[in-house]
Amino acid sequence: MANEVCLRTLDLERPWLLEQYQSRGGYEMLKKILTEKTAPEAIIEEVKKSGLRGRGGAGFPTGLKWSFISRNAPGQKYVVCNSDEGEPGTFKDRDILRYNPHQLIEGMVIAGYAIGATRGYNYIRGEFWEPYERFEQALEEARKAGYLGKDLLGSGYDFELHTHLGAGAYICGEETALLESIEGKKGQPRYKPPFPAHFGLYGCPTIINNTESLASIPMIMEKGGEWFADIGVKNSGGSKLFSISGNINNPGVFEIPMGTPFSELLAMAGGMKNGHKIKAVIPGGSSAPVIPGDQMMELTMDYDTIAGAGSMLGSGAVIVLDDTNCMVKVLERMSYFYHEESCGQCTPCREGTGWLYRIVHRIETGQGRQEDLDLLDDVADKISGKTICALGDAAAMPVQGMLRHFRHEFQHHIDHKRCMVGLG
Amino acid sequence: MTTTTANEKKERFTPEIRAEIDRWIAKYPAEWKQSAVMGALMVVQDSNGGWLTTELMDQVATYLDMPPIAVYEVATFYSMYELKPVGKHKICVCTNVSCMTNKSDLIVEHLEKKLGIGFGEVTEDGRFSLKEVECLGACGGAPMMQIGRQYYENLTPEIVDAILEGLE
Amino acid sequence: MLIDVTDAAGIRIPRFCYHKKLSVSANCRMCLVEVEKVPKPLPACATPVADGMKVFTRSPRALAAQKGTMEFLLINHPLDCPICDQGGECELQDVAIGYGRDVSRYSEGKRVVADKNIGPLIATDMTRCIHCTRCVRFGDEIAGIREMGATGRGEHTVIGTYIEKSVDSELSGNVIDLCPVGALTSKPFRFNARAWELTQVDAIAPHDSLGSNINLHLRGNKVMRVHPRDNESINETWISDRDRFSYEGLYSSDRLTTPMIKKDGEWKDVSWDMALEMAAASLGEIKAADQIGALVSPTATLEELYLTQKLMNGLGCNNIDSRLRQGDFRLDNSLKRVNWLGMKIGEIDSLDAALVVGGNLRKEQPILAHRLRKAALAGADIHVITPQHLELIYKSRQLICTPGEMVKHLAAVAKAAGVKQGGTIGKLLDAADANEDAKAAAKGLKDGDTSAVMLGAMAQSHPDFSLLYSLAATLAEATGAKLSIVPAAVNSVGAQLAGAVPYLQAGGKPAESTGLDALGMLQQPCSGYLLLGVEPGMDFHNGALSQTALQSADMVVAISAYTSPELEACCDILLPMAIFTETSGTYVNAEGAWQQCRGAVKPQGEARPGWKILRVLGNLLNQQGFDYTDPGEIGEELRLLCEDVSLDNKLSPATDLEPRLGVDGLQRGGDTPLYATDPLVRRATALQQTKDAGEAVIRLHPIEAERQGLNSAENALIRQNGYQATLPVALDDSIPEGCVWISTGLRDTSMLGQPFGEVTVEKA
Repeated sequence: MANEVCLRTLDLERPWLLEQYQSRGGYEMLKKILTEKTAPEAIIEEVKKSGLRGRGGAGFPTGLKWSFISRNAPGQKYVVCNSDEGEPGTFKDRDILRYNPHQLIEGMVIAGYAIGATRGYNYIRGEFWEPYERFEQALEEARKAGYLGKDLLGSGYDFELHTHLGAGAYICGEETALLESIEGKKGQPRYKPPFPAHFGLYGCPTIINNTESLASIPMIMEKGGEWFADIGVKNSGGSKLFSISGNINNPGVFEIPMGTPFSELLAMAGGMKNGHKIKAVIPGGSSAPVIPGDQMMELTMDYDTIAGAGSMLGSGAVIVLDDTNCMVKVLERMSYFYHEESCGQCTPCREGTGWLYRIVHRIETGQGRQEDLDLLDDVADKISGKTICALGDAAAMPVQGMLRHFRHEFQHHIDHKRCMVGLG
Repeated sequence: MTTTTANEKKERFTPEIRAEIDRWIAKYPAEWKQSAVMGALMVVQDSNGGWLTTELMDQVATYLDMPPIAVYEVATFYSMYELKPVGKHKICVCTNVSCMTNKSDLIVEHLEKKLGIGFGEVTEDGRFSLKEVECLGACGGAPMMQIGRQYYENLTPEIVDAILEGLE
Repeated sequence: MLIDVTDAAGIRIPRFCYHKKLSVSANCRMCLVEVEKVPKPLPACATPVADGMKVFTRSPRALAAQKGTMEFLLINHPLDCPICDQGGECELQDVAIGYGRDVSRYSEGKRVVADKNIGPLIATDMTRCIHCTRCVRFGDEIAGIREMGATGRGEHTVIGTYIEKSVDSELSGNVIDLCPVGALTSKPFRFNARAWELTQVDAIAPHDSLGSNINLHLRGNKVMRVHPRDNESINETWISDRDRFSYEGLYSSDRLTTPMIKKDGEWKDVSWDMALEMAAASLGEIKAADQIGALVSPTATLEELYLTQKLMNGLGCNNIDSRLRQGDFRLDNSLKRVNWLGMKIGEIDSLDAALVVGGNLRKEQPILAHRLRKAALAGADIHVITPQHLELIYKSRQLICTPGEMVKHLAAVAKAAGVKQGGTIGKLLDAADANEDAKAAAKGLKDGDTSAVMLGAMAQSHPDFSLLYSLAATLAEATGAKLSIVPAAVNSVGAQLAGAVPYLQAGGKPAESTGLDALGMLQQPCSGYLLLGVEPGMDFHNGALSQTALQSADMVVAISAYTSPELEACCDILLPMAIFTETSGTYVNAEGAWQQCRGAVKPQGEARPGWKILRVLGNLLNQQGFDYTDPGEIGEELRLLCEDVSLDNKLSPATDLEPRLGVDGLQRGGDTPLYATDPLVRRATALQQTKDAGEAVIRLHPIEAERQGLNSAENALIRQNGYQATLPVALDDSIPEGCVWISTGLRDTSMLGQPFGEVTVEKA
């Protein structure tokens, strides 16, 4: 049951080409919807039924998100795709853009039809030049074939789609920061409410979904919401792309059913490199709290199970760490990342992420003080839940996770001014 | 003789650059020319050897009817805009967790030794500059780097040597 | 939002980024409170209130969140309160006392920000900045010009201009008040006093016609700085930079501090008794009453204006005028009432359309422009007929033409609006081309529920003001728009009520016979003049004429706060007058609101309040009704006379007017720069270092420069009506072709004539 949705064309020679996509029934669902004039409500209902939850990391039910748009409100509405893939450990959307761009386009047009939008943007991170060119090429093909533009396939429905290219800012993966960025501003998150469904791009009603979520739509429409839901487990419908990296033999992107045991995923990824022992797993991108390796080996890859273990499935980015890793060093690097990527807008994150990093850095370099672990806990606590967007939480969670499971390593660094792992 | 006001504000882009910026402008609603600022900055940065001068930013502001400060804000916010000269080949090395645990430090060390420069520096001949970057979304190929627009994955010092040799 | 509700209820929630006049940004996180059933603390500034909502502003969770934010704000703050100008009036300091810790847990190096010079008005110490972005939002939302921003990202975010650049908004000083910390402070005030040494006195700003409400901050007998005082119907919470920083001019070294007389060409100090007796004697000596002219400043107090009028009246003449910059008085016989803004100041906010003729409101009446901007943001359709391209702070359509073509363009709008008239106006309408621009402007005025035709300072100093006024009046009538003759100065309306215009008597009623107007008094020189608060050359429509006419008079008495080379050259007696902070007085603003203030400090040297000087002159000239003991009696006397006056811009258009300004040949255009309007602001040193102080240069379009052979000239000789000057040349494509631009109000252009008229230029 692998590669059934977003990566279903991966076995083709040049799956990014229109004719190759069409050889697997690509754009048939769009044609069907447009010619049969399927009721938009029915599409939203099908998506709800599928149990599809936002694949960017937040896991919000996609169908529910779409239903927040008042479809018949006058004025422009927008569909925005979030391809600003930047959560450390995540590299799945890059593959959708490179290998199956047409399925994303088809998904976006269907989404536009469902909410009554006639314009869309795909926000691709600036570093993704190859995926950007692939996607642009696909847009060109789709326009020529009449799947984009005016009066699609004679249906009277218009939909135009463009790429917006980012320029290097993790925060733009946050949906409202992304909208600001399309508007030609710094990518600083907006205070919510209002949510994008009411006040989105250019102040218009907007749905914004992750690349994988939107690329899943054509298959949900083709085979039905129930089919999709049944691939997965309760509360975690469908299959999902997992990006697995770290100290493993065969890192990569795997599209597997939700609820697959982590041990199976690890086996698919070739197991641990150089025969080392698994020490810890970050199961959902770097902001997800770390889970000790032994515990992880017993878990399945779905929202509820990972949440039950005190972490989150996030974007499905699995970073596997073996026993040669010093967890202080790992946290230092992660904290540096959030410090670098804080947008600087609100106080706790702007000031707190730097503070967190400096404390961890101090411990890592043998300057730690006895009070530092309590201070770390306290600073993380003062950031989390106090910021405009989730970046503050994302910076605090790894700290909290590390201290929960590996406090002794940090304590050792402080007590002995050196690492307890290897030569550290 | 002093020349003031509107005179100074004329942009002096070549027709090619204008055409490229216009392509970005065309993607957005007419009253949202500002949306093209990121694309425009990338266009003029590429045309200027990979970095932005204040004059270029001011010209983008004029071309897009934006206050200059709004352009400065964007140019200083996103990490891909360079405000100082960079090498002909800008080498961006990821050092985030997946790359770090796959020994990106050896790649960095190798590059620093080979080029004789550290992060944020340009080789004397202007050919290379080094930059530490955050996760580039290619963790499956860790350790990795980006030179110009191209990704290079599964690096070893030997592979790095071969890549650099292959560059003009 | 919740914070408005708690503020109104007197429940204090700490905050930094929130400001009632700015958009909500919710970035400081200081106002986090606990809301029942909500897992996370919420910012009170961004949380709408709902029925039955239960909020805890000081629960343990709320306090913990607030204290957490406070700690974050302080880790990178330098805590240099002892050397910070904000000390004692710092929001961060105040809140830190309630929510901060005694000892910092942050032991790393603090952020340091290199400062940039952003001009002569605002001092920066950006290391102290807490990134509340009030200053950035102010520029964007209120001033309408984005000069400051937040560049960089994360902890490295820097608030500022990014490049070394002066902040040029005429409202810029308000960021000093908005800044909750000592990052942006007043440069002129810097290191001069501590907040707790200062006492506060109410006053009225004595420049533009709004009469913005201010507080004077005094140490002992000295005005140390000026702050805005809230008045929602006038200046809201803002003041212009002119109102804020002009106080520096109070302490100019050329304050006139002792009475002086000129004897055999030499000036000497004399006693008050002697000076007043000589002044009265020489005024009394002039036998023909109509040989005396009184030229009075519209920034003088109502009491001073009224007593001057009363004195002139007692001498048997109505040669008094306060419209010193006006260029055309042909309507004086048709004007029977007091001109004014034509609406309440607050009504500007909700205009649906406006046509501004010959006015750069931003640089004439800054707060008025801010209000018009509010209307524009709400969708008002704004058109401008202007003799130079204007950098405006709101969206508008500018019809740019030479000064001579302004009448034609206004006639076109009137024609498009369907105005029908006979006489001169009819001829202008016949000749006008009601093109698309004109139709659009007319349509805006017609379609708007409330719209206005506004005549600004450049229209009023135009040699065909009477035509512009007549056309505007018919246009307003045809479109149902309000007609606004934007009053120039703080007491322009008051001066009319006081009878300090030749066609009105005190109380604003028509005079029995119209006296000489401000220009007439100089064109048909009088034997003697009484000047009140004005400077020859700079304060007049025709600088050169004002100086030659006054110099040729037998006798000139000036009541003035300053001396100057021009005054000394023209006058025979100088009587030192107390200035606005030193005397009580009344100001009647553009909408007709009477505002009083009391003297806050003692007059400098031997200077005396103007009303006292005029009282003694009246007594010495044996006039009746000059026995006041208190300035309140003077104001009250005038108020009674004004009881049934109505402010009214209506006009029965004269039918026999001919255009005086041609459309051929090279024309001069000229404005009065923002900081050149009156003697006080011309002496405010910091303001004089800004762009808005104006420059004595010849500005012209590069194409026109080419035509005139000036494109590579450093300097040019300009000739106007027999006057001439050599000035630097500046190319400026905001000036229409066929026109050279030379500002008035400047010492170095004061030897030239009127701001609009034919000129020739040649390379010098």
